[in-house]
Amino acid sequence: MTAVQKRILINRIALVFSTLSAIIALGFLFWILGILVMKGMSALNWNIFIYEGAPPGYEDSGLKHALTGQLILVGLATSVGVPLGILAGTYLSEYGKNSKLAHAIRDISDIMMSAPSIVIGAFVYAIIVMPMGHFSAWAGAIALAIIMIPIILRTTDDMLQLVPGTLREAAFALGAPKYKVILSVVYRGAKAGILTGVLLGIARVAGETAPLLFTSFNDNFFTTDLNAAMPSLTVTMFNYATSPYEDWQQLGWAAAFILSMFILGLNVLGRLILLAGKGK
Amino acid sequence: MIDKIFFNFTRFSALLILVIVAWIFVVLFNQSIEAMNTFGLDFITKDEWAPNLDKFGAYAAIFGSVASTFLAMLLAIPVAIGVAIFLSEIAHDKIKGFFGVSVELLAAIPSVIYGMWGLFYFVPILRDIFGGMGIGLLAAGIVLAIMILPFMAAVTRDAMNTTPDILKESAYALGGTQWDVIKDVIIPYAKAGIIGSLILALGRAIGETMAVTFVMGNVHHVPGSILDPTTSIPVTLANEFTEADSSLYFSSLFGLALTLLIMSFVVIAIAKFYFLRKARRA
Repeated sequence: MTAVQKRILINRIALVFSTLSAIIALGFLFWILGILVMKGMSALNWNIFIYEGAPPGYEDSGLKHALTGQLILVGLATSVGVPLGILAGTYLSEYGKNSKLAHAIRDISDIMMSAPSIVIGAFVYAIIVMPMGHFSAWAGAIALAIIMIPIILRTTDDMLQLVPGTLREAAFALGAPKYKVILSVVYRGAKAGILTGVLLGIARVAGETAPLLFTSFNDNFFTTDLNAAMPSLTVTMFNYATSPYEDWQQLGWAAAFILSMFILGLNVLGRLILLAGKGK
Repeated sequence: MIDKIFFNFTRFSALLILVIVAWIFVVLFNQSIEAMNTFGLDFITKDEWAPNLDKFGAYAAIFGSVASTFLAMLLAIPVAIGVAIFLSEIAHDKIKGFFGVSVELLAAIPSVIYGMWGLFYFVPILRDIFGGMGIGLLAAGIVLAIMILPFMAAVTRDAMNTTPDILKESAYALGGTQWDVIKDVIIPYAKAGIIGSLILALGRAIGETMAVTFVMGNVHHVPGSILDPTTSIPVTLANEFTEADSSLYFSSLFGLALTLLIMSFVVIAIAKFYFLRKARRA
């Protein structure tokens, strides 16, 4: 075999291996996705949206409690996390810029983005659940908000920096004060990017289970009381899936399916908004 | 006037991040003082975890965290690099777009779903092959590897994509095969970025709770083989936090949380500040 033939052979082998690994990886992932869709679709019916949790064996059991709880928790977390994240991102991009403080905040926030979410649950347990003496929706929402802030902060900072400086200067030249420039020029220019960041942030916290385990805990019944334990899709899914009852496991798969579709939908929507923004 | 108020609002929000992070460390530290005073270094070197005797040694949990993460990295790294090479160099443009987006979307699937799949579909397979319970270190490592794979592949691909086309073209012009270009141009060029991305994925894997809680077993023993059930820090926290009944028990759990936070903070900081910063500068 000549040297050239040898190199071509090695090339073939390497490329086949890397294609194979891609096929194996995607195979596993589509296997999981396939099971999720099949199990989820077969467990899906109207009762899920009408009834709340019931003891195993009951016909009339559903996920109304968990769906509502999930929306409340994520909604609360969003209403706390999004404004704080956007304001903090605004500070970094518009005021802090390249100062030491701004860089320190960016670094710490980046680390926070990958920090274990269960630790944040433990933290919120110590500062809210322990003093209050009971689990609450507030605690869960705050844990989720803490996870959300760094994500929103990062995308806002990045997106505002993409707005050209000349736009700001033009607004300043017209005599606009800085806050006005930011609110009506910079924000407007970065609208699509910020919205995408918000959607991805919501998608990320909607799938979190660990920080909710001992903050909002769980409840098998419908509740809107923010001062009491509140069910969520993720924790319900965890409890139902680890239970020995077939019908609860079914509901667990239905919850998994609904939640995944919601999260994938948000991700796709975020991408589309970003694409549409770029197209302009 | 409004200018000042707006400025202060934004600055307050930005500083809040620093406050929260510092607060997390302080709270976890304060809560774990009791355990640290009672056990001292034994807390991380002993593996006897007996709530009924008020004895808490976190060694088994720490070992389980490190071992399951190590196993997951061992399995996921070669495959992730293969996928990244496939996505950045081999795949046709049309396939590239489709697979690239699917990999990114898969990274967004909640980890609890990987855990459920592991418990219902993967553990039975392991049980058939190896006997025993199926639940244990091996199952946790594999489920963790699959969970972390999309994220790892996506960031590794991004790192590889930073290689300038002109470098690759020069290598092709010299008669290099595709593999020559990958191993002699792309990998050396993007090395820091690739290593940083892999370590970042490691940082995520070590704190992952839900994917492994289902399949690890929560048994406080250093496992004799990779088929034995064991526990990890997040798994212990997830299973026992709501059951703790003594203040020492709680304090020990907070000690675990603090250990985990420090471990992942160090790993992520190394990835971000050493490798990824180097990659950006290059």
